[in-house]
Amino acid sequence: MTIDWAHFTPGSALAGGILIGLAAAWLILEDGRILGASGLLGGLIPPRSGDWQWRALAVLGLIVSPLVARFLFAPAAPVIEANAATLIVGGLLVGFGTRLGNGCTSGHGVCGLARLSPRSLAATATFMAAGFLTVFLVRHVL
Amino acid sequence: MNRASPFLVGLLFGIGLCLAGMTNASKVLAFLDLGGAWDPSLAFVMGGAIAVAFVAFRVAAGRAASLSGGPFHLPTARTIDTRLIGGSLLFGVGWGLVGLCPGPAIADIGFFDGRAALFVIAMAAGMALYSGLTAAPSTRRPPRSRSTVEGFVRSID
Repeated sequence: MTIDWAHFTPGSALAGGILIGLAAAWLILEDGRILGASGLLGGLIPPRSGDWQWRALAVLGLIVSPLVARFLFAPAAPVIEANAATLIVGGLLVGFGTRLGNGCTSGHGVCGLARLSPRSLAATATFMAAGFLTVFLVRHVL
Repeated sequence: MNRASPFLVGLLFGIGLCLAGMTNASKVLAFLDLGGAWDPSLAFVMGGAIAVAFVAFRVAAGRAASLSGGPFHLPTARTIDTRLIGGSLLFGVGWGLVGLCPGPAIADIGFFDGRAALFVIAMAAGMALYSGLTAAPSTRRPPRSRSTVEGFVRSID
């Protein structure tokens, strides 16, 4: 393993992480909800009476966030290299998998670990390991 | 519920993802690529987010109700089962293929990125497929508890 010092950005990563943590703190303390992106969107498919409004508002806030971020700093434009077929397969896996497993990087990886949940620790260890292994296979084996 | 707060939470969440670099799939893949030139930045994202959220959940644990007056919707599931592990496995493979997890993928729509939009459409289709399979009439039962973001607990067993 070699560390890519040129692209290593610990300061902005830590600051961004703290903002994500503050968003999670706000949602649990103000509204009693856990911040999880897959649950926010998944709870809208299908929408349920009395439960969809807050989810839709949070998703909307997420979508407009890059437009607002531009007034604060210069957000790096996303570089997505996957081709269309990979995007479709990856998207289906992420959508189905996060619903089956009840959470993603935010719900399990941030909130679940912060709650010291054994389920979230197991889920996070699993999807991290699967992510590491998939990238290794795609980039260095196949 | 205060209607402004979920919107502002989503906004703050997304600004944090943009600042952290999580919205950039190639940076996420550089973190997941232990065999190449490894960019450890995302460990700092997780660390910062977990540290702040940890304090918030400790504060919440000492309170009877949220500031809006409603109850805390915390996950009720306790068992580490094949659904949890299998779902997380599928998610991790998809994450590793593209470099996008759900939050950054949704936020990337705000960059007007066509690839992100295609990914989110496929992700929503995967979620709809899950909902369709679990809502089959033969297996439908009332929810065990009010739904939570993480602990969307519907009895399908």
